[in-house]
Amino acid sequence: MSIYLPVAEMTVSLFTILGLGAAVGFISGLFGIGGGFLMTPLLIFLGIPPAVAVATQTAQIVASSTTSGLAALRRRAIDLKLGGVLVAGGLVGTALGVWLFAAARRAGQLDLLIVVSYVTLFTVVGSLMLRESIREFLQSRKGKPRPRRRAGEHPAYLGLPLRMRFPRSKLYVSVIPLWGIAMFIGFAGAMLGIGGGFILVPALLYMFKVPTNIVVGTSQFQILCTTLAALVLHAVANQAVDLVLALMLIVGGVFGAQFGARASANLRADVFRFLLALLILGVGLRFAVELVVQPDELFSLSITQVGAEAVE
Amino acid sequence: MIRSLALLPALLPALLLVLASAVLGTGARAESLVTSLSSHQVAITSNYTGSQVVLFGAVRRDAQTISRTGPYQAAVIVRGPMQTVTVRLREERGFLWINGEQQKFANVPAFYAALTSAPLDEIAAPALRDRLAVGLDGLGRDIGDTVARGGREATFREALVRLKRRLGLYVESDRGVTFMTPEIFRSAIVLPADSPPGNYEVEVMLFADGSLLAVDRTNFELVKIGFEQRITALAENQSLVYGLGTAGTAIFLGWLASVVFRRD
Repeated sequence: MSIYLPVAEMTVSLFTILGLGAAVGFISGLFGIGGGFLMTPLLIFLGIPPAVAVATQTAQIVASSTTSGLAALRRRAIDLKLGGVLVAGGLVGTALGVWLFAAARRAGQLDLLIVVSYVTLFTVVGSLMLRESIREFLQSRKGKPRPRRRAGEHPAYLGLPLRMRFPRSKLYVSVIPLWGIAMFIGFAGAMLGIGGGFILVPALLYMFKVPTNIVVGTSQFQILCTTLAALVLHAVANQAVDLVLALMLIVGGVFGAQFGARASANLRADVFRFLLALLILGVGLRFAVELVVQPDELFSLSITQVGAEAVE
Repeated sequence: MIRSLALLPALLPALLLVLASAVLGTGARAESLVTSLSSHQVAITSNYTGSQVVLFGAVRRDAQTISRTGPYQAAVIVRGPMQTVTVRLREERGFLWINGEQQKFANVPAFYAALTSAPLDEIAAPALRDRLAVGLDGLGRDIGDTVARGGREATFREALVRLKRRLGLYVESDRGVTFMTPEIFRSAIVLPADSPPGNYEVEVMLFADGSLLAVDRTNFELVKIGFEQRITALAENQSLVYGLGTAGTAIFLGWLASVVFRRD
């Protein structure tokens, strides 16, 4: 069954989109992440204009982070003060991201910007996670798990000025590095159609030593607020949000995520981190292939403007 | 008498006009074309997968029309809404393939179909064909470019036509027009799902013995209606309301999912 996307101005198969939404939702439920980093590239590979893919995917992330954010709120697993500080930084990044997105679109270099950003971000993050997960695996075989937190040990960036106390997370850290990381994630999220949970969660966990039971909920809270802003800004600045596509992605994602969350109970934590690292690295490499391999067709078309341009 | 003679210079042009039309009227009068489209408004609905518009044409002759030795032939040219298109060439820089040289074409029809009843060289003499610029070759030459670069733009123009053709947006067919009787023909204009909304100009040309006899123009519009139209209008004209509405819908569905699938 085909369905017309009014903003993308193209027809897609309803079952393909619902199926993709469910598959990505399953993976996101399995790993407890948003899944935007898989969905946006898949939409682009399906032929949906990159601008529409990125902008519309933010709506799906809003829905999925609302669901998991509410669940975390019920379990009282959110540090609202820490979340608020992160959101403040994240919103600045989001605004910058949407602005750069619109500028690149006007210059006709948006596709390239998206591909290059995916390649760098995903290969770097994927390799780091893979290295970490292999090291962890080797150490656990030797039988001595690494201590998560040693007394009196603090990296220098936590001691920068503007220190703030976060009682819920048992933290006393400078807000500058928090703002920095939140800003970067807001920026990348708006530009790439991702929530950024797969970067924010490990960053809060390893760099700031936020307790494990609080980290996911707090990150979902930050992602909900920044993608909400990204969605509205994309709608205003780029007019690329397709409501029909968004509804299909949300519905597919909701069902997939339920099954994924159930399946995750049977997955060991170290295997889980290893698979996630492979997945992220895989997406990065898939985009790298695009850049490195000689394309079959050297020319590409893009419609710069509807209507003929007045030539001076 | 003298007075009426004085009026003569003033009346002369009108007199000549009547005389001329009388002479032409009794002489060889060419055929005229009557055409009709199956619809003038094609609606894009939620399950739109492309559409088809059928053109019917009849050759009108009267007692004075001279007889032709060969059969009538017809060409139907359809031009979709105009676009500005940038064609980019991927170039190898180091070991990366990135967009390099580019060429902007400011006057490109989004959709173009050249449908004829026989191969073009059988329908029209070469000189006439060149002048009318019918068909994709003609269109390629016709597309204006913003920056000419001494012959280099030709490869970009060819690429534009090739890529549009691959998308099914540029079509050329010498079996696109069928004569049902020697004087009545039909032509099916197939619009792929990707053809954008807008005005589509249809030009119908009648040929016989290698020369052009008559031209008729008509048009149809491809429009979004109902829900699709309202969504687009809202997204374009009231983008803040649309953005907030989409955000609200997403939050509502997210909340609904958390209630329906509550696990704790």
